[in-house]
Amino acid sequence: MNFMLFAPEFAVTVLAFLVLGADLVLNRDNKRYLPWIGLIGLIGVLVLSLLYLGNKDAELYDGLFLIDGFSLFFKIFFVVLGVLVILLSVDFVKQHLSHPGEYYGILLFSILAMMLMAASGELLTAYISLELLSFSLYVLVAFGRENPRSNEAGVKYILLGAFASALLLFGISQIYGLLGTTRFAEIREVLLLDPSPLNPGVSIGLVFILVGIGFKVAAVPFHMWAPDVYEGAPTPVTAYLAVGSKAAAFALVLRLFSQAFMPAIDDWQIILVVLAALTMTLGNLVALVQTNIKRMLAYSSIGHVGFLLMGVAALSQLTSDGIILHLAGYGFTNLAAFLCVIVLYNATGEEDISGYAGLATRAPFVALALSISLFSLAGLPFFAGFTTKFYLFTAVAKGGLIWLVGIAIVSSLVSLYYYLMVIKQMYMVEARDHSSVGVSGLNKMTLGLLVAGVLVIGVYPRPLVDAIQGATTIIFP
Amino acid sequence: MPGLDSYILLALISVPFLGGLSLVLVPSRELYAIRVIAVGLSLLLLGLSAYVFLAYDSDVGGYQFAADYEWLPALGIKLLLGVDGISVPMVLLTGIVTFTGVLISWNIESRPKDFFVLFFLLVAGVFGVFVSLDLFFFFFFYEIAVLPMYLLIGVWGSSSDFGSFLRPKEYGAMKLMIYLVAGSVLVWVGIIALYVEAGLDTFSLLRLEGEVFSPGFQAFFFPFFMVGFGILAGLWPFHTWSPDGHVAAPTSVSMLHAGVLMKLGAYGIIRVGLDLLPQGAEDWMPVLIGLGTVNVIYGAVAAMGQRDLKYVIGYSSVSHMGYVLIGFATLNAVGMGGAVLQMFSHGIMTALLFAAVGVIYDRTHIRDIGVLEGLAKRMGMTAAFFAVAGLTSLGLPGLSGFVAELMVFIGAFQSYPLVGVLGVIGAAITAVYILRLLGKVFFGPLGTRWEGLTDASRLEGFSMGILVIFLLAVGLYPRPWMDMINSGVVPLLERVAGL
Repeated sequence: MNFMLFAPEFAVTVLAFLVLGADLVLNRDNKRYLPWIGLIGLIGVLVLSLLYLGNKDAELYDGLFLIDGFSLFFKIFFVVLGVLVILLSVDFVKQHLSHPGEYYGILLFSILAMMLMAASGELLTAYISLELLSFSLYVLVAFGRENPRSNEAGVKYILLGAFASALLLFGISQIYGLLGTTRFAEIREVLLLDPSPLNPGVSIGLVFILVGIGFKVAAVPFHMWAPDVYEGAPTPVTAYLAVGSKAAAFALVLRLFSQAFMPAIDDWQIILVVLAALTMTLGNLVALVQTNIKRMLAYSSIGHVGFLLMGVAALSQLTSDGIILHLAGYGFTNLAAFLCVIVLYNATGEEDISGYAGLATRAPFVALALSISLFSLAGLPFFAGFTTKFYLFTAVAKGGLIWLVGIAIVSSLVSLYYYLMVIKQMYMVEARDHSSVGVSGLNKMTLGLLVAGVLVIGVYPRPLVDAIQGATTIIFP
Repeated sequence: MPGLDSYILLALISVPFLGGLSLVLVPSRELYAIRVIAVGLSLLLLGLSAYVFLAYDSDVGGYQFAADYEWLPALGIKLLLGVDGISVPMVLLTGIVTFTGVLISWNIESRPKDFFVLFFLLVAGVFGVFVSLDLFFFFFFYEIAVLPMYLLIGVWGSSSDFGSFLRPKEYGAMKLMIYLVAGSVLVWVGIIALYVEAGLDTFSLLRLEGEVFSPGFQAFFFPFFMVGFGILAGLWPFHTWSPDGHVAAPTSVSMLHAGVLMKLGAYGIIRVGLDLLPQGAEDWMPVLIGLGTVNVIYGAVAAMGQRDLKYVIGYSSVSHMGYVLIGFATLNAVGMGGAVLQMFSHGIMTALLFAAVGVIYDRTHIRDIGVLEGLAKRMGMTAAFFAVAGLTSLGLPGLSGFVAELMVFIGAFQSYPLVGVLGVIGAAITAVYILRLLGKVFFGPLGTRWEGLTDASRLEGFSMGILVIFLLAVGLYPRPWMDMINSGVVPLLERVAGL
C-alpha cells in the first residue's frame, strides 16, 4: 500500500498536533504566532495536494478510502477553506476567546475530518469521519466559554447531533444487515441485481441515513438546532459551520448517492424532493422576520441547503457539478458576509441588523463588501450567487424537476427582501453614532480576497467548472 | 471600419462597465474630474450607439455586428452579440438618454462618484440586454439593469409627501425592486423551460429560433414571458411599481428608467416571447391587447387625478406603454412597427418630461401641481421643452408620438376595431391632462412664490434640446426609422404567420 497517497491527510494531522504542542511551549506573548503556524502549514498541505493532480485513482486500506479526482478536489477545497477560516478567526480569537492553541488545533482536526469524509468509500469510515468533524465542531461552538449563549449552543448542538448520529448509525446497520456490505461500490452492485421497489428494510435504512444527514446539514424539519447554534457560536465558527460542515456533508452525500444508491433513485428521489421544497421555503420565509444578523444568515443558509438538496434529488453529473459550484460560490460569499459581521462585532459589539444603520458612511468598504455578499446570496448577477444558482437550477430542471426549480426561484425572490433590509439599514438609514469603524489591514485583505472570489466565480466560472467536472467524472462512471 | 465592427457591441457593454468602475479610482473630492469623466463616457457611448444606428444596413436586415465568445461550455452558454432592426433603435435610445441624463445630473451633490458608478453599471446592463442573443446573458444583463436601481432610488431619490399621502423613497425603491425581481422570476423559469424543452444544450436565441415548440408548451409558457417582462413594461395590473418608483428616483434615473428600462420589458416580450413562442403569442394576444387597452385608459385617467407632477408623468408612462403592448398584440406589420417606434418615441419623450420636471424640482423643491403656477414667466425654456414633450405625448402631428400612435391605431383597427376606438379615447384623455397641466403650471398667472425662479442652465437646456431634436426628426421624417424597424419586425411576423 502506498501511504504517500495519504500524505496530505497525515500532514494535516501532524500540523494539528504541532499547533497543540506549540501552544504548550510558547509563552503568552508568542501565542499570537499560532494561527500563522496553522496557516503556513495549511498552505504547505495545499501545495502538497496540488502535486497529486493528474495522479491515477487509487484505494487505501482495502477500499475504505478512495484517492481519486473527487476526493482530491475536495481536499483542496477544504484546505483553502481552512486557510480562509483561520484568516477570519485571527482577530476574533485574539479579542474574544481564550486558548488559541486548542481553537486552531481543533479547527485543523475538523479540516482533516472533512477531507476524510470526501474520500470515504464505505459507510462506517464515512460515519467515523463525520463524527470526527462533529466532535470538533461541538467543541468549537462552545468555545466562547464566558458567553452563556455559546454554552447553550454547544449543549444543544451536541445533544441533537448525537441523536442524529445515532439515527445515522442505525440506518447504516440496517443497510449492512440486509445488503451484507457497507462499501459503496458493493451496495451499488447489490441494488443493481435487485431492482426497485426496494426491500422495505433497505428503504428504512436509507430513510434513517437521510434523516441523520438531514440533521447534520440542517434540512427542514431537522433544522431546529441551527439558528440557536449559529447565533450562539463564536462568529468565525458560525461561518465555518455554515460553509464547511455543509460542503463536507454534501461531498459525502454526492459520493454515497452516486456510487452506492444511484440504482434506487426512483425510491429516494421523492424524499429529497419533499425535503428540498420544505427546506428552501421555510428557511427563506422564517429569515424574513429575523432581527439578529447571525440568525438571519442561519436561516438563509437553511434556504441554500434546500437548493443543494434539490440538486441531489435530480442527481446526475450535471447536478453534482451544480451542487459543488454552488457550494464554492456560497462558501466565498458566506465567509465574506460573516467576516463583515465579525469586523463590526469586534468594533461595535453589534449583531442586530438595526445596529448596521448608516454603515455606508461609518465603514464604506465593509458596507460595500457586505452588500456584494448579500446580493450574491440573493442570486443577482456579477456575483457568484447568480452564476451558481443558474447552473444548479438549470441542471435540476434538466433532470426533470422544473416545478421544483420554480419553487426555488420564488424562494430566492423572497430571500432578496431580507437581504435588502440589511442593505437599506446600511445605505439609507441615518447612523446613531457617527464614529468610523476601524478595520484591520488583515481583515481588509481577507475581505478583499473573498469578494474577489465572489466576483471571479460570478463572471468567469469556467476554470472552476472545468475542475469540478474533472472531479465528478469519477463518481459518475 | 469593418475590422472593428465585431467589437462595437462588446464595447457598448464594457465601456460603461469598466468606465464606471474606473471612476472608483478617482478620489471623491475631485468633483469636477468625476463629472467630466462621466460626461465623456456618456458621450463616447452616444457616439458608439449612433455609429451602430448609422452603420446598420436596413436593406440587408437580420442580425448585424455579430460577435461570439465562448463562456461556459458545460451548459452551452456563449456571449453572443448582435443587433437587428428592432434593437438598433433601442441602442440609440439608450445612448441618447444616457448622455442627456448625465448632463442633467451634472449638479448632483451627494456622493456623485457612487452615483455615477451605479448609473453606468445600470447603463451597461441596459446595453447588454439590447445586444445579447444568448438567453443566459440576456437574463444576466436584465438583472444587472434592475440591481443598481434599489440604491439609486433609495439613496439619491426624493420622497413624495402630501401629508395624508406619503411615499418615502425607500418605499418606492423596495416596491420597484420586488416587482421587477418577481417579474424576472417568471422570466427565469421560462428561460430554463425553453432550454430543457429544446434539449439542444444551448441558450442561443439563434438556435432556439429554429426550434418549433409544441403548442401546449408554447401556450403554457408564453404568459411567463408576457407577464414577466410585462411587469417591467408596466403591464396593468402589475404597473403599480412604476409611478412610485419613477417618482422616487432622481431625475436622470427616472429618465433612464421610464425612458429605457421599461422598453427592456417590451423588448423582452418581442425578442423572447414572440420570437421563440409565436404560437403561444397568438393564443395570448387577445389577453395582451385587453390588458394593453386597460393600460392606456387606466393610466390616462389616473394621470388626471394626480397632484404630484412626477406622478402625472409616471402614470402617463403607464398609459403610453399600453400603446406599445396593443401594437404588439395586433400581430400585423403596421401595428408592431408602430409599437417599436412608440418605444423609441416614448423613451425620448418621457426622458424629456422627467428632465424638465427635474429642472423645476431642483429650483422649487416642490412638485405639487396645486402650488406650481405660471412658471413659464420665469422658466421660459423649460416650459417650452415641457410643452413640446407634452404635445408629443398627446400625439400632435409633426412630432414622433403622432406617427407611432397613428400606426398603432391603424394596426389595431385592422385586427380589433374596438381597441382602436378605445386607444383614440385614451389619446383624448391624454390631451386633457397634458393641456390642463400646461395651462395651470406653466402658462397661467405667475404664483407670487415663484418670482425669483431661474430658468434651466445652458447645460440643462442643451441636454433637453438634444431630446427635442429627436422628437422632431422622427416626427417629420420617420422613414429611416421605419425602414430599420420593419427590417426587424417583418421577418418576425413571417415566423408567426408561417405557423
